[in-house]
Amino acid sequence: MIRVILPAHLRTLAAIDNEVALEVNGRPTQRSVLDALELRYPTLRGTIRDHETQKRRPFLRFFACEEDLSHEPPDAPLPDAVVSGQEPFLIIGSVAGG
Amino acid sequence: MVDPNRLYASQSSGWFGQIIQRSDDGGKTWHQPGTPAGEPTTTPDGSPKGESNKFVYDTSVKTGKPLTTHQWYDGTQHPWEFKRVWHLEPSLTDPDLVYAGVEDAALFCTRDGGKTWGELSGLRGHGTGPNWAPGAGGMGLHTILLDPKDPGGRIYIAISAAGVFRSSDAGKTWKPINRGLKSNYIPDPNAEVGHCVHRIAMHPTRPNVLYMQKHWDVMRSDNAGESWYEVSGNLPTDFGFPIEVHAHEPETVYVVPIKSDSEHYPLDGKLRVYRSRTGGNEWEALTKGLPQRDCYVNVLRDAMAVDALDSCGVYFGTTGGQVYASANSGDSWEAIVHDLPPIFSVEVQTLK
Repeated sequence: MIRVILPAHLRTLAAIDNEVALEVNGRPTQRSVLDALELRYPTLRGTIRDHETQKRRPFLRFFACEEDLSHEPPDAPLPDAVVSGQEPFLIIGSVAGG
Repeated sequence: MVDPNRLYASQSSGWFGQIIQRSDDGGKTWHQPGTPAGEPTTTPDGSPKGESNKFVYDTSVKTGKPLTTHQWYDGTQHPWEFKRVWHLEPSLTDPDLVYAGVEDAALFCTRDGGKTWGELSGLRGHGTGPNWAPGAGGMGLHTILLDPKDPGGRIYIAISAAGVFRSSDAGKTWKPINRGLKSNYIPDPNAEVGHCVHRIAMHPTRPNVLYMQKHWDVMRSDNAGESWYEVSGNLPTDFGFPIEVHAHEPETVYVVPIKSDSEHYPLDGKLRVYRSRTGGNEWEALTKGLPQRDCYVNVLRDAMAVDALDSCGVYFGTTGGQVYASANSGDSWEAIVHDLPPIFSVEVQTLK
């Protein structure tokens, strides 16, 4: 189970109270986790990644385990602690956005 | 200010940049430093005199080519590019010495009354630059505090979003002083730099005590910034931009709480200044004369000031173009101007 924590406004948009737990097939990557997230909450399509290019929106960051994963390739495997559910995958509004 | 008649100011234009102006007669007349009013703006051989607007980052080998890149809006690395000056801070002792905090964050100074500017490059050169990032307003060096007890020695500066830095040698070398700050928008919330400090303030008689409005959290340091602790206490929200200290009461502090990072307006549409008389933690709302319904303006970080009169006047400007003044330490307020463009900066001078 992958744990994902979203910024407050996206939680409101998707009507999520707390963090999200997602089942991901195969070795989880940023792409597969975000695909699973958007499949469960289609309203989030386009809010984290561009609809067409699938690129991360510039004012969002992906953190986990006190590391900035924003510039990791989308198909790179996520850290073990995220895969095991020990640590969440954080989607953060960058300070440049607010 | 050493010479009350010496003033510095500038506009900012997306088209033409900044044209820094100086007045030597208390604001009656203004000129570009080095180019007195009425004089040609070029030398006889045609060279431009506009050096007073020239801010060039130090890339000399002698100073170690300080840094190359910082973090950009999207998290990639990006070279330093000069955009504008955010804040001018005149020296406490020398009318021709002025410090300038600029975007992209760096510290400059002039020693000839604004005719020419040079970078104090030790700040960018100390090594944490790649982890500095822009706040929503850009990556600006917005606060410069000069220690009146150590003139020409100790300087504090603050950058959004890098944090607070201190120099003990007039700006040659610098140290990040952000221990105790916690920011969830950086991968390690307790990192040495990367904190979006919005403003810091100090009482001139007590330069070891600093107050900070951060991008969430009001903080205090009792040891010249070596460590910080939270004093948000009973504030209804601890997001905000300006912070000021009373002219005669070092434990009296003012903030203007703003709803949140993504909602830059007062909570419940009520414009309230909060005052602590206990150096933080216990805050009271000051509302008399301020709009208490349907008010959705912001108060920016450089838009609050105090005068030096016995009763301590407090002043702040809003993004809605009002300037509110209190002649009694904040007990009551009045709009002394109300139809200006968004206000970025409020400065007060007490004439004797």
